[in-house]
Amino acid sequence: MTDIILILVGTVLVNNFVLVRFLGLCPFMGVSRNLEAAFGMSLATAFVLTLSSAVSYLLHQYVLVPLNIEYLRTIAFILVIAASVQFTEIMVRRLSPLLDQVLGIFIPLIATNCAVLGVALLNVQQAKGLVQSVFFGFGAAAGFALVLVLFAAMRERVEAADVPVAFRGTAIALMTAGLMSLAFMGFSGMARP
Amino acid sequence: MDFERRDAPFVTPATDVSSMMREVLYALIPAAIAYVWYFGPGLILNFIVAALFCVAGEAVMLRARGRSVETGLSDFSALVTAALIAFALPALIPWWITATAALFAVVVAKHLYGGLGFNIFNPAMAGYVVVMIAFPLHLNLWAAPDMGDLDYHYLTLFETARYTLTGTFPDYLSFDSISRATPLDTVKAGLRDLRTFEEIRVNPLMGDFGGRGWEWIGNFTAIGGAWLLARKIIRWQIPLGVLAGLLVPSGIAYFLDPGVHASPGFYLFSGGTMLCAFFIATDPVSAATSNKGRLIYGLGVGFLIYAIRRWGSYADGVAFAILLMNLTVPTIDYLTKPHIVGHVKSTQDSQ
Repeated sequence: MTDIILILVGTVLVNNFVLVRFLGLCPFMGVSRNLEAAFGMSLATAFVLTLSSAVSYLLHQYVLVPLNIEYLRTIAFILVIAASVQFTEIMVRRLSPLLDQVLGIFIPLIATNCAVLGVALLNVQQAKGLVQSVFFGFGAAAGFALVLVLFAAMRERVEAADVPVAFRGTAIALMTAGLMSLAFMGFSGMARP
Repeated sequence: MDFERRDAPFVTPATDVSSMMREVLYALIPAAIAYVWYFGPGLILNFIVAALFCVAGEAVMLRARGRSVETGLSDFSALVTAALIAFALPALIPWWITATAALFAVVVAKHLYGGLGFNIFNPAMAGYVVVMIAFPLHLNLWAAPDMGDLDYHYLTLFETARYTLTGTFPDYLSFDSISRATPLDTVKAGLRDLRTFEEIRVNPLMGDFGGRGWEWIGNFTAIGGAWLLARKIIRWQIPLGVLAGLLVPSGIAYFLDPGVHASPGFYLFSGGTMLCAFFIATDPVSAATSNKGRLIYGLGVGFLIYAIRRWGSYADGVAFAILLMNLTVPTIDYLTKPHIVGHVKSTQDSQ
C-alpha cells in the first residue's frame, strides 16, 4: 500500500513526466490553448497510459524475455502503444458516441506522445511488477493531466495579459512552463522509500 | 448660477497602489529592526542592492516597452519586491546573487508577463527560487545569532559590506566562526537522526519556540501584518489560510506522536512562515481573487510549506509553496467564480 502511494506521489509530483522528466512536451504545448481541450486530452491520455503500461509489461514479461529478444523492446512497445491507441479509439466510437465527441480527436495524438513510450521503457528498466507498472502508468497520466489543466488555465490568463509583442504566444508559454518546472523542484526529496 | 461639473469617479478611493505599497514597506520596519538586531546589518545592504537592481530593471523594461518610466516607478512595487528578496536571502550574501534574484524577479517574472497586475508568479519568490537552485552553496550560509558564546562576534557594517561586495572576510573572521545551521535545518537533521524533538530543543539555537532570533523576527512580522490587516490593505482569508494550513497538519502529527514531529509552534515561528502569511502570499496580483479562492489558496500554501519542510529536501518551503500555488490560481479562480448577485443560476451556467 505504502509502495503504491509512493509510486503515485513520485510520478504525479516529484518526478512529474512533463515538468521534471520533460516527456510529453508536444501535447503539453499543443493542447493547452484552452481548458476544455486540455481536460479531454488528460482523460484520453490517462486511459491509454494505464492500458499500455499493463500491455507492454505483459508483452515484455511473457514474449520478449522468454524468446530472449529484449533488444527489440523499443519497437515492440511502439507497436503495442499504436495498437492500444487504435483499440481505444474503436472502442470509444462503438461504445460511447458522446465520449467520442469529447475525446475523439485527441486519441490519435496520444500515439505520438513520448511519455507513453517513456513509461513503458521506465517500467522495464526499473523492473516493476504488473501492479506497480499499472500504477506507475496511471500516476504518470495523472501528473500529466494535473499540469496540463493548470497550464491551460494559466495560458488563458496569459493570452489576455499585456505581454511584450516579442514574447506573445509560444515564447511566453515556454517561459511559463520553465517557471512551473522550477516550482516543481520544491517537491524534490519527497516520496523516498 | 455656476455649478461645478465633474466626471466620474466621484468617490476617490482611500488607497491607491502607490500608498498601499508604501504601507507594506512601513509594515516591514519592525521585522527589519529585529532582523538587524539578531543577524547584523546584512539585511539593509541586501535591500539596497536589491532595490537598485529592481528599480533599474523596472526602468529599463518600462522604457523598452515604451511605457512611462515615471508612472511605472512611482507605484513602489519594485521596492516591495526588493524588500521581500532581501528578507528571503541570507543576511550575508555577495551582491551579484541579490542582483540576479532582483533582475530575474522584475524582468522575467514581472515584465515579460505584462508588468504589475499581470504577473502570474510572485516576482520576489521566482527570483529567490532561481538563485536558490543556481547558487545553493551561498544560499545555505546563514549567520548565527548571539547565543551567549564567548567568541560571538556581531558583524559590523564594514565587515558585512566587505563580504557583500567582495565575498571575502577580513583575516580574523571566517564563515565557519560566525555561521550556524538554521533552526529548520537543525530540526530536520535531528529528526532524521532519530532524535526526539525535545532532545533537539535543548540546543540554544532553538530559542524558546521557533529558533533564537527567528521567533522574534516572526513576532514583529506578525505585528506588521496585523497593522496591514487593520488598515484593510490585506484581507484575513489568506493569512488565516496559510497559518491554518500549516497548523492543522503539524498539530495533528504532534498530537499523535510528539516525539518524532516538530511542534506546531515551531512551524509557525521559524523560517519565513509569518512573512509568507502576511506579506508574500497576500500579494494581490499573484493570489486568488475571490474570497473563497483566497482561503483555498492560503490553505494550499500552508499545507505545501508543511509538506516541503517535513518530507522535502529543502529546509524552508515558503518560496516553492508560493510558486506552486501561483500555478493553481487561474484554476482556483475558474472554479470559485463568485455568484453574480441577482442572477438566477441557469442550467447552462452550471454545466
